[in-house]
Amino acid sequence: MNKLARDLLFPLIAVVAAFIVGGILILLVGDNPIDAYRLLLGSALSWPDGIGYTLFHATPLIFTGLAVLVGFRCGLFNIGAEGQLYIASFATAWVGITFARLNPWLLIPFCCLAAISVGAVWGAIPGVLKARFGSHEVINTIMLNFIAVALVSYFTQYHYKVPGDPILQTAPIGEGAHIAHLGKFIPGFPERIPLNLAFLLALLCCLLVYLFLWRTKWGYEIRATGSNPFAAEYGGISIRKQIILAMAVSGALAGMVGIHEVLGNRHRYYDGFSDNYGFTGIAVALLGRNHPVGVILAALLFAALQHGGIYVDGFSQHVTKDIVQVLQGVIILFVAAEGFFRWLLRRKASMERLRA
Amino acid sequence: MRDIFTLSLIASTIRLATPLVLAALGGLFSERSGVINIALEGKMLAGAFTAAALTYAADKRLGMGTASPWIGLLGGMIAGLFIAVIYALSCIKFKAEQVVSGAAINILMLGIPGFLSGAFFLSSGSTPQIPKDHLLPQSPIFIAVVVLALVALIWYVLYNTPFGLRLRSVGENPEAADAAGVSVSRIRYSGVLLAGVLAGLGGAYLSIGQSSLFTRNMTAGRGFIALAALIFGKWRPVQTMLACLLFGFTEAVSIQMQGVFKLPSGEDIPVQFIQMVPYVLTIVVLAGFIGSSRPPRALGIPYQKEK
Repeated sequence: MNKLARDLLFPLIAVVAAFIVGGILILLVGDNPIDAYRLLLGSALSWPDGIGYTLFHATPLIFTGLAVLVGFRCGLFNIGAEGQLYIASFATAWVGITFARLNPWLLIPFCCLAAISVGAVWGAIPGVLKARFGSHEVINTIMLNFIAVALVSYFTQYHYKVPGDPILQTAPIGEGAHIAHLGKFIPGFPERIPLNLAFLLALLCCLLVYLFLWRTKWGYEIRATGSNPFAAEYGGISIRKQIILAMAVSGALAGMVGIHEVLGNRHRYYDGFSDNYGFTGIAVALLGRNHPVGVILAALLFAALQHGGIYVDGFSQHVTKDIVQVLQGVIILFVAAEGFFRWLLRRKASMERLRA
Repeated sequence: MRDIFTLSLIASTIRLATPLVLAALGGLFSERSGVINIALEGKMLAGAFTAAALTYAADKRLGMGTASPWIGLLGGMIAGLFIAVIYALSCIKFKAEQVVSGAAINILMLGIPGFLSGAFFLSSGSTPQIPKDHLLPQSPIFIAVVVLALVALIWYVLYNTPFGLRLRSVGENPEAADAAGVSVSRIRYSGVLLAGVLAGLGGAYLSIGQSSLFTRNMTAGRGFIALAALIFGKWRPVQTMLACLLFGFTEAVSIQMQGVFKLPSGEDIPVQFIQMVPYVLTIVVLAGFIGSSRPPRALGIPYQKEK
């Protein structure tokens, strides 16, 4: 089997298998899986709302998917995208509030810079800890997620909330920091749909990540470290530097969720806004086989499911939107256990040999 | 400082530390055998949901009264075991990346309880309330005794039985253990399955001991705190229990202080900073700033038997 076929086939099998498992669960609770799936996916394909919201939900997932991808390519597992995107989003809002009166041409780049650099710094911390002390990035990124959530919630609650506001959110950012909804540029596409310029930025990032990893020396060194650290070190690459660099880039990508959320969507920092974007990013990167194009496709699938989940909640009797999380979990499990399918194939082959 | 250490704070520390101790000791079995256990959170959720749902069903549908929490407890352990079987197959038999499978289990378990409670109880993610007198025993002394006995038992098993020796050797040097005739995969299966049972038990205590129903994502990261405690306790049973008590204490303090923690000098510390303590300590310890915490050598590496 050649590589491209395998890259397409295994994710497809995983998705189909997950839908079968989900279908069985839906049957067990007494609903019709076909109807549930029609609600789940059909609603995502309607124009303009379905498609608009699917692309809207896909935006943060592309960023976090890319973040996890860059880590993976260096042999690192960034479970910390959730924390990185929270702290970066808060920083974005902070700049948007503090310098609210600045000219938009200065303010927007400033806000973006805050999202990217704060994400990069928060991502680099576990990188430094791993490079300097050898401590496992998985544990450290999990811990830093909790620390980020607590820190940001503290700043929101004690320093940046509008007094008397019952919701844990900051004051709004200056209007100069708002980025346009795509409805403004596309005739017939309503502006109320929050799909915004950050989506185009996400697509651009896919291209940039591709160029960075496969066309630059730094990217080559990151991939070399990921595929064989010993060989890379022997070849004169500083593994420590690559680990820190990859984690910083990864954090920066996760941080860009702040551009989408704060500048494009809510125009303020809203505590707990992330719908598990960081963790879904793991699913996106894995299903996308750690390739930027795969990340786009996988993000679209998960975004469609997320959007459809709302309809499932409203219109089916027993099935709730939790089915989306279930499908996601099963998909990653199948993608992770690719060995399972290999084993099935091998077993089938050996059975046939026995019969012959 | 004196009024911090009231009796009620000690009692609530014990109650809050119990699910952590159970899950962390489960994680200990799995990690000492060489299998990372990011999935503790998912296993706890499975245990918590199953225990609450079964206790409710046994109480309301079957009229089992005070016996129902014990049915629930058993169910929680079986649910943890069931999830562990999936995890073990994926990590040990199919040699999947352990962290990835663990993350998958966690995401799956965020969905399954909500999905099932939507179907069975027509609610959005929680089970119905269970009457107060049909919960697990509430006495902190009773709980403390049970947990201490369990820690002692686990310590004994780990350091004084052939199984414990094999478990530790498989986690440190699977090749050598294999050469000595120990079945690496069988030991790892037992480690991961024991972890499932204990994490399920911890989850069950959360829903039918500490609380009286299951609510969506009720573990709220306790599986990860347990993992942190395991690292903080350097993968040893007694130290791990002490770490859990410390983390349970920080949680108890942050609940009792409701917002701000007053220092004796009169300054306020917002509750968020107290909540951060376990996580910061874990990073510090893992980096080797306070003594070194070294994981089992073969942790996270699937074992490929030589052919």
